[in-house]
Amino acid sequence: MITTDLAIIGAGPVGLFAIFEAGLLKMRCHLIDYLPQAGGQLSEIYPKKPIYDIPGYPSVLAQELVDNLLKQAEPFHPGYTFGERIETLEKRGERDFVLKTNLGTEIHAKVVVIAGGLGCFEPRKPEVAGLAQFENGKGINYMILDPEKYRGQKMIIAGGGDSALDWAIYLSEVCSELTLVHRSESFRGAPDSVNKVMKLAQEGKINLLLNTNLTSVTGTDKLESVSMINTKTQEAQTIATDHLIPLFGLSPKLGPIENFGLNIDKSAIEVNTDDYSTNIEGVYAIGDINTYKNKLKLILCGFHEAALMSHSAYKYMNPGVKYTMKYTTVQGVNEF
Amino acid sequence: MTDININLQNPDNTITTLVAPTDMGLSLMEFLKGNDYDILATCGGMALCATCHVEVINGFDKLHPISDDEWAMLDTLPNITDTSRLGCQLKLDDSMNDITVKIMGDGN
Repeated sequence: MITTDLAIIGAGPVGLFAIFEAGLLKMRCHLIDYLPQAGGQLSEIYPKKPIYDIPGYPSVLAQELVDNLLKQAEPFHPGYTFGERIETLEKRGERDFVLKTNLGTEIHAKVVVIAGGLGCFEPRKPEVAGLAQFENGKGINYMILDPEKYRGQKMIIAGGGDSALDWAIYLSEVCSELTLVHRSESFRGAPDSVNKVMKLAQEGKINLLLNTNLTSVTGTDKLESVSMINTKTQEAQTIATDHLIPLFGLSPKLGPIENFGLNIDKSAIEVNTDDYSTNIEGVYAIGDINTYKNKLKLILCGFHEAALMSHSAYKYMNPGVKYTMKYTTVQGVNEF
Repeated sequence: MTDININLQNPDNTITTLVAPTDMGLSLMEFLKGNDYDILATCGGMALCATCHVEVINGFDKLHPISDDEWAMLDTLPNITDTSRLGCQLKLDDSMNDITVKIMGDGN
């Protein structure tokens, strides 16, 4: 069990800066992120992209900004839990929250700060009747963890992105029968992969179906067949299979945060702009994950939100205690 | 020209014509969102989420070419069409006058 003052969900730039702002007020932080490292989308998606609107930096690389934020937070010795996702948030009383992750880690905190950015990236699912029935080991998966599991079996991959192409190439040697279904006329992925898929299709190692949409899946205890339709000829066909892997990329979703009892508007958490508090006292939302009138999804706005949140959180944590704001130019940064 | 017409095909197949400014540096996604159309634009316009996916019903060929990043995202979509684009990657300019689009979203 981990005990802290502020549990911060999300270790992106805004979550990281919240450690500093909270630290100035002598509040300890523990951050939890589903990604394996700090930095959120800056480190995961565009580490080498320059950012031009961080005050004081005419240009800074996304990863460089993250590294600096980590360094800035160091004096306050934050705790980190990476690769885990908060599944539940329970308010047991004032200044008494319990958060649990998907791997069972428990965090007890006085204040909860949601700095989840875009949310968690989850697989996109096609609209196909009966799909959910065969998830969880009954034939339908949205990612391939162990390709050997499919040796000698019949498989259908749906999708036209690089990952669909790459897996089709690899699994054409592993599966007894492999069908690749793509909605479009052609692929625009890496030319090398596209050429390989076309060659394997000519050799009969991949059953390539273009202009084709999945329509339904059938089976009893487990998946047995997948039906599809050619969008040009309207010809329908059903293919017997052991597995269906739809690979339609990842889409950011709020995930379990949606069930925390917070007011949500269009996948963002509604906050009071006085202090970026939510409808649950003691729970705040800062950065891209919140919404309010005239919201701008900018890192610099998230930094401002982190500062106001910290002062409000201090008052919530220390009722009746009078606090006067001190500048770092006067006070310095006092490690604790 | 500073204003262009953007035709939007509604779910009931009727067309709404919107007048869009070309001198404000807006993308189609930002313009539609600003007009209160239901577009999440989760990633804020970086071609990362595809919630601003549109099908271009009319005028696809006159749009500027698709970048590799945009293709990479479009290709993963379960509801991609032959004339799909990401609204966030279409900067409003004179060449887009009178195009017709339908809001598709990312299929989820």
